[in-house]
Amino acid sequence: MWDTFKTRWQQGHRTQAFPPAQPLPERFRGRPTIDAGRCAAGCTACRDACPTEAITLAPLTFDLGRCTFCPACAEACPSGAIAWTPDYRLATRTREGLLLRDAALPLATALDRKMRALFGRSLKLRQVSAGGCNGCELELQALNNVVFDLSRFGIQFVASPRHADGLVITGPVTANMRLALQKTYEAVPDPKLVIAVGACAISGGPFLNSPACHNGATSTVPVDLFIPGCPPHPLTILDGLLRLLGRLESGRERNTA
Amino acid sequence: MNLGGCSARNGVAVVTTAIPQLAPEAWRLWIVTTCQTARARLLALPTAATAEGGRCVYAILGLDTRNELRIAATTFPAGHAAYPALTPDLPEAQLFERVVYEQHGIFPEGHPWLKPVRTQRDYPFFAVEGDAVHEVAVGPVHAGIIEPGHFRFQCHGEQVLHLEIALGYQHRGASALLRVATPARRAVVAESLAGDTVIGHSWAYAQAIEGLAGVAVAHHAQQLRALALELERLANHVGDLGALAADIGYLPAAAYFGRLRGEFLNLLMELTGNRYGRSLVYPGGVCHAFTAALRARCGTKLAEAERDLKAIADLFFAESTVVTRLEQTGVVAKKVARQLGLVGPAARASNLLRDVRTDYPSGAYRFHYIPPVRLASGDVYARALLRVLEAQQALTFAAEQCRIVHRVEPGAPCESLAADRLVVSLIEGWRGEIVHVVRTDAYGAIDAYDVVDPSFHNWMGLAWACRGGQISDFPLCNKSFNLSYAGHDL
Repeated sequence: MWDTFKTRWQQGHRTQAFPPAQPLPERFRGRPTIDAGRCAAGCTACRDACPTEAITLAPLTFDLGRCTFCPACAEACPSGAIAWTPDYRLATRTREGLLLRDAALPLATALDRKMRALFGRSLKLRQVSAGGCNGCELELQALNNVVFDLSRFGIQFVASPRHADGLVITGPVTANMRLALQKTYEAVPDPKLVIAVGACAISGGPFLNSPACHNGATSTVPVDLFIPGCPPHPLTILDGLLRLLGRLESGRERNTA
Repeated sequence: MNLGGCSARNGVAVVTTAIPQLAPEAWRLWIVTTCQTARARLLALPTAATAEGGRCVYAILGLDTRNELRIAATTFPAGHAAYPALTPDLPEAQLFERVVYEQHGIFPEGHPWLKPVRTQRDYPFFAVEGDAVHEVAVGPVHAGIIEPGHFRFQCHGEQVLHLEIALGYQHRGASALLRVATPARRAVVAESLAGDTVIGHSWAYAQAIEGLAGVAVAHHAQQLRALALELERLANHVGDLGALAADIGYLPAAAYFGRLRGEFLNLLMELTGNRYGRSLVYPGGVCHAFTAALRARCGTKLAEAERDLKAIADLFFAESTVVTRLEQTGVVAKKVARQLGLVGPAARASNLLRDVRTDYPSGAYRFHYIPPVRLASGDVYARALLRVLEAQQALTFAAEQCRIVHRVEPGAPCESLAADRLVVSLIEGWRGEIVHVVRTDAYGAIDAYDVVDPSFHNWMGLAWACRGGQISDFPLCNKSFNLSYAGHDL
């Protein structure tokens, strides 16, 4: 008994404040910044280096829904036009919102008044892995640990879709999981939300155009919130969820470079 | 003793034409006798296309005590092909033969369990019949935040007579992508084979490409890879202990282990910019430098983690109710573990000494010996305790690497691969033996890529562990194995 108390005392209080007091480490690759003004004419280095076809040229556009946040483009760029920032705030309400052309990213807006009245203070989610590699799944699980402590915001993962207000989908939606995903979606009572987490669930990610997959959740169900990353940091997911619920003041939390 | 086949070493390419081509019956006999008499193991059974439209099947055998691989091949013409199955004499081959049949239609005659692997069409479940026998079906969508799979329990009262696990829901066509994709894409797919084993799989991929390109990697880069691999092992082992604690309802240990797992992930993030170590390992070297500030930071964090691990593990294993719940639950005897071909901690907890780091050492493990841990009881307790012991060793090893790794220079690119080569790349991931087998054609392009995740061997071990127990033991057995669905389904 004494040891139980001693260990409890030694472990201390580990729950992290949100938004976090400290910035993420320097090497953390969050939202990239692109300065197309520095691009040499005819240069295609970043597009050619990108493993997931996330970059298109004229105008230079990053599709953060396809991006795995690997450093290949920044390393390939001869003029230093691409840089990674440790800004973890990335979630958007629309697929088009993830197309990054300059520093501004339209961060997720809140649900309408009626939906906020329903879910704003209590949101129950059912997670479906539809071909996820377990990266995004582990980060969603990590939200339940004492550090991120998701339940303090009134958000919980539940065991049955019938108890849920929405689905969190990970993975590129494999052909073998499509039916199960559809059935789970139908089992969630209306009105319901769908949240796509990770590059695979948004676009197929590394499995883009694989014959065994369907390039993400939008192939099968309508999506209300897109949380990019490979996998997204737990703070990125938390930020997206709280923005969707209108729990972060959009004015104060404007995304600035 | 002449073992036959072509001799090979971990990560070193061999010329494809040096691999003996045997008739199917002779090939089968060679595999069975080498495994039965020379204690070899079947590591992989990859397939490649032949110029004539047929299929060439390679058998990769591992001789654990000799740090040696043996390879022999057989060719089947296009159209109907059959051979006498390996499985009746070599149960560890059962899943390999099912994959070869499912993908290429090469029929293993006399296979006792020829069921689908990565498709769910008309899966023929084994059913127990009789009074008071009932069936419990679970999945593919499970109650927790985990990957999908379908489980059928055949129960008599409380007792589980048989558990059958049907997978394939996660099949993403990964092996095919690895064969046809661009090098940049291939690296990302390799990292995504199993998202909790990013370093393990990306290193196995890099080692295979380096073997084909004949590129030697700088020693400090290899040490940084080993440091990252051990951090990955630590994060997962500690996370599994937390999951076990949660499943037996001992929440203090669950919370503390869960938090400690995050510390290792955060350390990996400081090192690589990603909590799972993505984009660190690439063919030829590592992407990030190891600065003096990082060395110092790693050292401090590892020392803190060592104290925490000891305190939490002592708390967990000192509780008699915890130990009672774990002991004699989900026993896999040594003989069964050997027959099923288990690997990694699951094998070592059943008293089988199998560890790529000591059996087929490559990179930094050639210079730093990690004495393997093994336990005899083969139960959930052994699989849990083994994780603590391995985590302690990993901490010692990682701290040592922090002291000795100084500068990491950018590595040589692996641009051109040698033609007509085959390479077998082995890495001991936290779950066990990872095998990547890659073949190049006459132009040096990759024309066959086969991956064996440790989960591939171990799923049958989990099914076996549940026999004779209760359904309520399943969560413990499951967490003590913690297998990858994506790594199995590929």
